[in-house]
Amino acid sequence: MTEGSNESLYQEIILDHYRNPHHKGLRDPFDIEVHHVNPTCGDEVTVRVKVVDGQVQDVSYDGQGCSISQASTSVMTDLVIGRKIDDAMEKAEAFLTLMQSRGTLEPDEDVLEDGIAFAGVSRYPARVKCALLGWMAWKDATAQAVAHTAEEAS
Amino acid sequence: MTSTLPDLTATPYDVEGVRRDFAILSREVNGRPLVYLDNASSTHKPRQVLDAERAFLEQHYSNVHRGVHTLSQEATDGYEQARTTVASFIGARHDDVVFTKNVTEAINLVAYSMGNAPAGSQFHLGAGDEICVTEMEHHSNLVPWQLLAQRTGATLRWLPLTDEGRLDLTELDAVVNERTKILAFTHQSNLLGTINPVDVLVRRAHAVGALVLLDAAQSVPHFPVDVTALGVDFLAFTGHKLVGPTGVGVLWGRGELLAEMPPFMGGGSMIEVVEMASSTYAPPPERFEAGTPVISQAIGLAAACDYLSAVGLDKIAAHEAALTARLLDGLRRIDGVRVIGPDTTEMRGSAVSFVIDGVHPHDVGQTLDEVGVAVRVGHHCAAPVCRRYAVPATARASSYLYNTPSEIDALLEGIEHVKRFWGAA
Repeated sequence: MTEGSNESLYQEIILDHYRNPHHKGLRDPFDIEVHHVNPTCGDEVTVRVKVVDGQVQDVSYDGQGCSISQASTSVMTDLVIGRKIDDAMEKAEAFLTLMQSRGTLEPDEDVLEDGIAFAGVSRYPARVKCALLGWMAWKDATAQAVAHTAEEAS
Repeated sequence: MTSTLPDLTATPYDVEGVRRDFAILSREVNGRPLVYLDNASSTHKPRQVLDAERAFLEQHYSNVHRGVHTLSQEATDGYEQARTTVASFIGARHDDVVFTKNVTEAINLVAYSMGNAPAGSQFHLGAGDEICVTEMEHHSNLVPWQLLAQRTGATLRWLPLTDEGRLDLTELDAVVNERTKILAFTHQSNLLGTINPVDVLVRRAHAVGALVLLDAAQSVPHFPVDVTALGVDFLAFTGHKLVGPTGVGVLWGRGELLAEMPPFMGGGSMIEVVEMASSTYAPPPERFEAGTPVISQAIGLAAACDYLSAVGLDKIAAHEAALTARLLDGLRRIDGVRVIGPDTTEMRGSAVSFVIDGVHPHDVGQTLDEVGVAVRVGHHCAAPVCRRYAVPATARASSYLYNTPSEIDALLEGIEHVKRFWGAA
């Protein structure tokens, strides 16, 4: 068996994040907690978000799922924590665009950093949802947190 | 190989001859010969099925039950002959077989008909009545009953599972009781592979006056099933899991029950007299086949039944049992692999779910695909079963009449490859 044949999907960066996930474990303080599932495969993730002054102060998460969903969530936290919400949302859009590209897009490493390792996933439509699970949960939680803080301020 | 295996030398089974009828089995996937072990999900079609559908479409096709011209008559004859063939395949009468879209529609047909039944009808449900299922049901035999309970105020109950993947019948008499209107359960679990003791459940249900619906999606394709011998009241199966086309399924019901059951869908073909304000309905099976039915697919389904009959359901069952024993035996020898479901061939079919310690089932399936092995991963539309055994999902290998011992070995080698790639155990 050739161990290299999986390279297009299972990049070493993905395997690293899967085995040693960043920012994993639910933490306080947080504004909003959301729970997202992928109904087709049973993957699930709980994401907590803390926003302060238009900035993503912290994102923590817990979940279970395949290597793609877990690694992608780990990469997501690296990309959004400490960033202005608008900048972080732009990264989410860039990642979404990459995932919808069916392998036709050359990802921008300056924008997506380790996220470029998921370019190959876009060629596997059944796995795109796995890669987006954590990102979608984060976007949902962040949108709610922004609305929540706006409400409190008013 | 152990002595419990069927003696295939006594009844030679020509698996290579069977394989030649399925063109797709000779293709490659990712540079490897395709090893198709996703048969519990859907099966491939032999050229006899494709030829039958094509010949019908090229020579006889027209709408059915609607005309006097020659093609209309030939198409109607072909469609009704298909019904006869399918009926005899399960030991049933022609008029008691309703063509549906799939098992899901067949079960919904019964559930919605019951929901439409007026007070006083034996099909009527209300508050205080109970519907009983089991914890191992496919969503198609669970959600329709949840919806029926919500619509009628009836209570949904279920039989739990043992740690070994069997129905826990210790509370059977309490769960199936005088309030139970219908007991719906699967003949063979699509996730666990468990074959259920139909006789025990039918005896209890009928003792308390409950109807019995059997989900036979995973049994009719794999071993001889006779509706009279089973003693159930309704039975549902689908074409695409028994080397037939997609888009056609079957609901069989006892004639006297179908005759009393109100319609599920209204439309053309299911009527007798139509006035502006109301209508009367055709007798079964037409009453339950509103609209233009699945015509050429029914022809294909009949050809699939003929194909399986020619090969021999007994031989297919023995062949599968040998493959299942080989797989269970092989899995037992691999560290870090756990079978979810019965781990012997006793009262179990060929669907074998397993998990590999430290590797998510999605990654198992993807890595097996890289070496040409097709298995299903996920919750297999039976999420409560995964929850019961505390796994998020499983990988499932399911063999059929065209699989070979060397394909089982390819899967087992593939699992070793998965473990190496993921550094598990």
